Amino acid sequence: MSQPTLVIGSINWFRYASPQTFYPLAGAMIPWFAWAAAVLCAAGLYVGFFVAPTDQQQGEAYRIIFIHVPAAWMSMFIYVVMAFWAGVGLVFNTRLSHMMATALAPTGALFTFVALWTGSLWGKPTWGTWWVWDARLTSELILLFLYFGFMALQAAIDEPRRADRAGAVLALVGVVNIPIIYYSVKWWNTLHQGASVSLTGAPTMAATMLTGMLLMALAAWMYSIAAALHRVRSIILERERGADWVAQDVKAARP
Amino acid sequence: MSWASASDFFAMGGYALYVWGSYAVTAGLIAVEVVMLIVRRHHALKSAGGPAAGSRP
Repeated sequence: MSQPTLVIGSINWFRYASPQTFYPLAGAMIPWFAWAAAVLCAAGLYVGFFVAPTDQQQGEAYRIIFIHVPAAWMSMFIYVVMAFWAGVGLVFNTRLSHMMATALAPTGALFTFVALWTGSLWGKPTWGTWWVWDARLTSELILLFLYFGFMALQAAIDEPRRADRAGAVLALVGVVNIPIIYYSVKWWNTLHQGASVSLTGAPTMAATMLTGMLLMALAAWMYSIAAALHRVRSIILERERGADWVAQDVKAARP
Repeated sequence: MSWASASDFFAMGGYALYVWGSYAVTAGLIAVEVVMLIVRRHHALKSAGGPAAGSRP
């Protein structure tokens, strides 16, 4: 395929050619990330259910951790990445950055809901309640509303560039919630326990439990990347459908 | 290995509702997202002028 845009100056390349060059690149990367997610998930489930021992205090209920913690990590991390791309889009006025932010939101909302849902199902047998308005749980719920707000705001504005900018401002303002979630268990006396895993201290869990959790976390990463790349390709097609390269590419994809 | 039998595994030490409720809903939501991704791509290809499965005259 010819790349006529490469001869144009760097600013135009940035603005115009990025979706065009990124589209096939993303398409080539998706299978790798999807397969990595499947393999890591299978390995993580095997370790989590057949290698990791029963917890002395919580019995088998603790096995929710293999979903709950990776989902909670992803819910926060995806938001930070989304806000990063939104910020890049605002500063450099690059369409692809905004598209990437838009593509990440539904997957982030999914993991936020999963973190809340599994947390509720874990809280009932261990705390005796499905829900409590403590700082960790409340700030995670706010995160879910931030994702929904971002998606609803973008969907409500017809003009794509305005929708991009409005969503980006919301995403950047909402990023203040992330450190609140992360440090809530330190700043407030919450029912939710503190971190079991940190970069500085030794983890307070058995090695096989930690291995299963990290495998599931890696699987969640790979899945999120695959899903976001897949969604951004659809967004590129939706937004660039007038462009010549889209018509050519679509014809090539379906002969 | 913590399980003596398959039924022991599915019983999850009495926490079956909570453990399997977590895993089932997560798997279900991911399945829904994957279907939504595929449907969105199908529509995007169609609206981008592609001869989607020969549906265009």
